[in-house]
Amino acid sequence: MTTADFLIKGASLPDGKKADISISNGVISSVGSGFKGEAQTVIDGKDCVVLPGLVDLHTHLREPGREDAETVLSGSSAGVKGGFTAVSAMANTSPVADTAGVVEQVYRLGQEAGLLDVFPIGAVTQGLKGESLSEIGAMADSVARVRVFSDDGNCVSDPLVMRRALEYIKKFGGVIAQHAQDPRMTIGSQMNEGEISARLGLKGWPAVAEEAIIARDVLLADHVKSRLHICHLTTAGGVEIIRWAKARGIDVTAEVTPHHLLLTDDLASSYDPVYKVNPPLRTESDVHALREALADGTIDIVATDHAPHPTESKECEWQEAAFGMLGLETALSIVQKTMIDTGLMNWLQVADRMSIAPARIGGYENHGQPLVVGSIANLVVINPTKKWTVDRDLVLSKSSNTPYHGHELPGVITHTFFKGKATYSNGIVSSTGGK
Amino acid sequence: MKHLLSISDLSKPEAISILDTATELARVSDGAVKKLPTLRGRTIVNLFAEDSTRTRISFEAAAKRLSADVINFSAKGSSLSKGESLKDTAMTLQAMGADAVVIRHPASGAAQRLADSEWMSGSVVNAGDGTHEHPSQALLDAFTIRKHLGMGGSDLSGLNVAIVGDILHSRVARSNVLLLSMLGAKVTLVAPPTLLPVGIQNWPATVSYDFDAVIPHVDVVMMLRVQQERMSDLFFPNAREYSRYFGLNGERMANMKSGAIVMHPGPMNRGLEISAEVADSARSVITEQVTNGVSVRMAILYVLLAGGALEVGSN
Repeated sequence: MTTADFLIKGASLPDGKKADISISNGVISSVGSGFKGEAQTVIDGKDCVVLPGLVDLHTHLREPGREDAETVLSGSSAGVKGGFTAVSAMANTSPVADTAGVVEQVYRLGQEAGLLDVFPIGAVTQGLKGESLSEIGAMADSVARVRVFSDDGNCVSDPLVMRRALEYIKKFGGVIAQHAQDPRMTIGSQMNEGEISARLGLKGWPAVAEEAIIARDVLLADHVKSRLHICHLTTAGGVEIIRWAKARGIDVTAEVTPHHLLLTDDLASSYDPVYKVNPPLRTESDVHALREALADGTIDIVATDHAPHPTESKECEWQEAAFGMLGLETALSIVQKTMIDTGLMNWLQVADRMSIAPARIGGYENHGQPLVVGSIANLVVINPTKKWTVDRDLVLSKSSNTPYHGHELPGVITHTFFKGKATYSNGIVSSTGGK
Repeated sequence: MKHLLSISDLSKPEAISILDTATELARVSDGAVKKLPTLRGRTIVNLFAEDSTRTRISFEAAAKRLSADVINFSAKGSSLSKGESLKDTAMTLQAMGADAVVIRHPASGAAQRLADSEWMSGSVVNAGDGTHEHPSQALLDAFTIRKHLGMGGSDLSGLNVAIVGDILHSRVARSNVLLLSMLGAKVTLVAPPTLLPVGIQNWPATVSYDFDAVIPHVDVVMMLRVQQERMSDLFFPNAREYSRYFGLNGERMANMKSGAIVMHPGPMNRGLEISAEVADSARSVITEQVTNGVSVRMAILYVLLAGGALEVGSN
């Protein structure tokens, strides 16, 4: 007679096959209909889909420095509610994560919270200034084992600095995640440059400022034979460049955010800064191109760019407001709405774009693993047949800048398992974390 | 109608009724006693987060002629210059019982933020928000054009208007394109390509880079101010070259149709976008725009706060 910690009965695997899944001692102990023992907790998986735990390659946790907006713990809570078992903490904290000391601090805070794995991203350049390389090697060799480096929030705009960074990280198989934004073309920019910005009198952020950097950087990555990742791709033109680069065999991957799969620049007409984000919301045709590219694999992953901001940073004039929106708690629902419910993708592809591929790009072992016996039990259970309504007053993030307040979204996450422990179940985040 | 934030808030009949109301109110201004008791006991705040002497005193005069109490709240020396947020300023004005706020602000959309928020409940009049709109200026411009060239009609059908200069950064241009086209005028925007917004294709206006080709065909030439800060930001090589191609001088004015007028929202850069000869010529209605501004702003406050247009012919 075997015993299990959990038994999820009658759920669908990503490929659509029905199975019972049992979890014991942190690993998946059986998959299929063969489980004959007892389980401490039985979960009715009817109508539900089980996916490998989601992995976010682009998260702003704000700690250290802006604990009023988010902490590693509050961001972890938001993460498990959204089905994540790993997030990647962006380097634009205060102090900047450009030394081994800071990345180890963030890593340790993640371990202490214990709800999911927090993998720090290291800054490419000291202080995100784009001038000289940060201590990339020390961060890679630290306890945090950093493999992804990004100046996100800023673009590594100097081509020589970018070239050197791409070369340097080959030493340990790292990747540079580029925030593609030509700084000179976007001084003071507020929103996508086009019909809407012309009418609203808000300074434009042209698509070409993103595309020009992507084009340059895929050529640089090709030249030095290194690995490049493009953060938050937003334009149809950017998609074309990535498609071309991949066809040439250039080692590039790209991400799209949930909000760029759904929202468009006309939302700025309200001048409500909850829709102010960098890179900006684009046009309907860009949204269509991004969805197609995610479906056909040109865009490899969905990443949230979860960007919490305190109320006062959004309760003001548009041009005074901070860029960014929350993403962790709504990501899977938005992907269901835009990619599954539209028939563009199936759950197998969602598992790839939101777990398997981001874990591979980040080098995150134990994440994005196949749902087979022996895999570390990092799982999410979602009921795609149910709907929920987003309420900014009920988010688990410390901030409330969600653009989806009042939206009814498909897909209710019922459980998240991290190393075999239920970090989230039916609306409740585990108070003991994954410990 | 509670707020005036953008010309797009107005229907054509509403716009015409504001112009008609202004015509009636202009008679008051011409009389010996310049005041109406309409807004007695009402409080109007001029919230000017950006310097603008002429628009502020125009709204102040308009409110006072309607007997409203006027409070001026300007950027310099006020809490606005000490970093107070728009929200806190608005809540302060609400606590003081403002019935209407006339707001001038450097941020596009600031007036709409104020109107859409729950920070205050009064009417909001946009007196210029960033590079977005300046609806009272467009209404006074339309009023002035109608007075001179309207041929007795209520709208501007059949008239050709050129708006010349920095369209990209001009709230006056945005409001005028919407209003003048709604009133039936054909609008041509004349500017160097660098000073026209990307995404202008759907505006109800045509675009030209050639001032000389446009000038003989228009009834109105509206010149826009070239801001000093544009000089150093690569929009054109230098002030002389701008003036050569897009300035209105005596030579160009000579090619205008007979009866065509010259307008400028002020303040002018004499010698840059407009020569002194033109500004002071018989075609110039620039000072009259200022006079009409008071009547039109009276009409706006009247319509928003007294609950509807003034019947034509009433007293």
